[in-house]
Amino acid sequence: MQKEHEVAMAADSIINWSLLSLSAPGWGGVLLQGFLHSIQIAVGGYALGLLLGVGGAFGKLYGGPVTRDLLECYTTIVRAVPELVLILLLYYAGTDLLNQLLGAVGLGAVDISGLMAGIFVIGVVQGAYSTEVLRGAIKAVPAGQIEAARAYGMSPGKVLRRVTLPAMLPYAIPGLANLWLIATKDTALLAVVGFSELTLVTRQAAGATKAYLLFFCAAGALYLTLTLVSNIFIGALERHARRGFVEQR
Amino acid sequence: MTNETTHALAFTPEDLPKGENFLKPHRIVLILFAAGLIVAIGVLMRWDWLPRYLPRLGWGILVSMMMLFTTSILGFLLAVPLGLVQVTGPWYLKGLAKIFCTVIRGTPLLLQLWLLYYGLGSLFPQFPAIRHSFLWPYLREAWPYGVAALTISFAAYEGEVMRGAFAGVPAGELEAARAYGMSRWSMFRRIWLPRAVHRALPTLNGETVLQLKSTPLVATITVVDVYAVISKVRQETYLTYEPLLLLALIYLCLTGILVVAFRYFENRIPTRGA
Repeated sequence: MQKEHEVAMAADSIINWSLLSLSAPGWGGVLLQGFLHSIQIAVGGYALGLLLGVGGAFGKLYGGPVTRDLLECYTTIVRAVPELVLILLLYYAGTDLLNQLLGAVGLGAVDISGLMAGIFVIGVVQGAYSTEVLRGAIKAVPAGQIEAARAYGMSPGKVLRRVTLPAMLPYAIPGLANLWLIATKDTALLAVVGFSELTLVTRQAAGATKAYLLFFCAAGALYLTLTLVSNIFIGALERHARRGFVEQR
Repeated sequence: MTNETTHALAFTPEDLPKGENFLKPHRIVLILFAAGLIVAIGVLMRWDWLPRYLPRLGWGILVSMMMLFTTSILGFLLAVPLGLVQVTGPWYLKGLAKIFCTVIRGTPLLLQLWLLYYGLGSLFPQFPAIRHSFLWPYLREAWPYGVAALTISFAAYEGEVMRGAFAGVPAGELEAARAYGMSRWSMFRRIWLPRAVHRALPTLNGETVLQLKSTPLVATITVVDVYAVISKVRQETYLTYEPLLLLALIYLCLTGILVVAFRYFENRIPTRGA
């Protein structure tokens, strides 16, 4: 009798859809809130990573020997150490350093929001990868085009804005798109430092209701939707950037 | 989401520092600076806990490496059929493999891991048939779920790579094999698979390095790998940075060793010019 009850409970817990309802007894709203946080961090971290990546790529290609070596260390270390470890290190070191800095200036310690810390952490990790992607893309731009721009007397900023960046985009987009997908999935790692993004709230919801499979599948569906929707946009963007290119194969 | 790009992100032999390049003036200064930093970390930070935890750290590294190798090998064995059916299989197998790869590649590994461990782990005890089977002593532990999640993830990423590799073997070579009267199986065994693996090898190596970087996730489901040992150290000594820095160093070394080993094996495989 006891066992039958347990099995019935199990079957019930798999298909109890009311747990996903948006209002209070259901956890759907909490899940969506976590999803929103995940997207915010992914977008912020990706943007920060792109900034670091553009700087890093130009530093690696055109910078002095010391800049180059330091950037090499940055990209090597980030690519050789697990994201989880980096996230822990950056999370503690970043918040600590900022507070010590503020303390030294005379301002009291601030409570750094998890969102900001998350964006910082994901951004630093993404920066190393986008440095590599952008460096490869810039190198793929025919050198003659950049030389021609210089010969026209364009300032370095103008060369960058008018020639290098637009010309390298078709080469960079596949790599950058891939990085975006990695960024969306890396936000899940912030669950380990206790930031309430989708994966962590899912685990909390699942733990509270014991409906583990339902909630983890629901969260998986949300992540998958994000990936698939992103893929549609990426496809369109890639076609746009590659217009005028001769199709290979 | 192309496979060439995932490979470009992985740590490859080209990223290793080369010995002869160290002797430039600015590099010597930088190296001295780094050495000073390391000495400062060694002197100014607390490392007295290290000897006590060394044996456990060794075991942790062993567990991490076991995780890496078993899941990579099992994942590769799964990836071969996954890639193959996407190239030549009937439409329903093709569709299934495609869906599998898309779903696994589209969701975070941590979520898959927790789905298996908490989801299936809470479901299994409710079925007496499973509880009385010979598998139960294993299913009660955490590591089978870790192995399963990492294997599935590796298989999905690698399945895409193998699909490209199988499709990229020149049709003429397969036709030649058929013209020699080889059966489908010997053609696969002698020509198609070796050629595809050869093509995929650099990507495979890159994916294995990425897999190494995924292994610490199993610590979140109570598998005691090197990451979990370090977490334990942090809890017991109340130190934040020292254990984490050591952990980063350990992974840096492991990645380096892995990449050097791959370069050694890759150089031993004869390649006829393009």
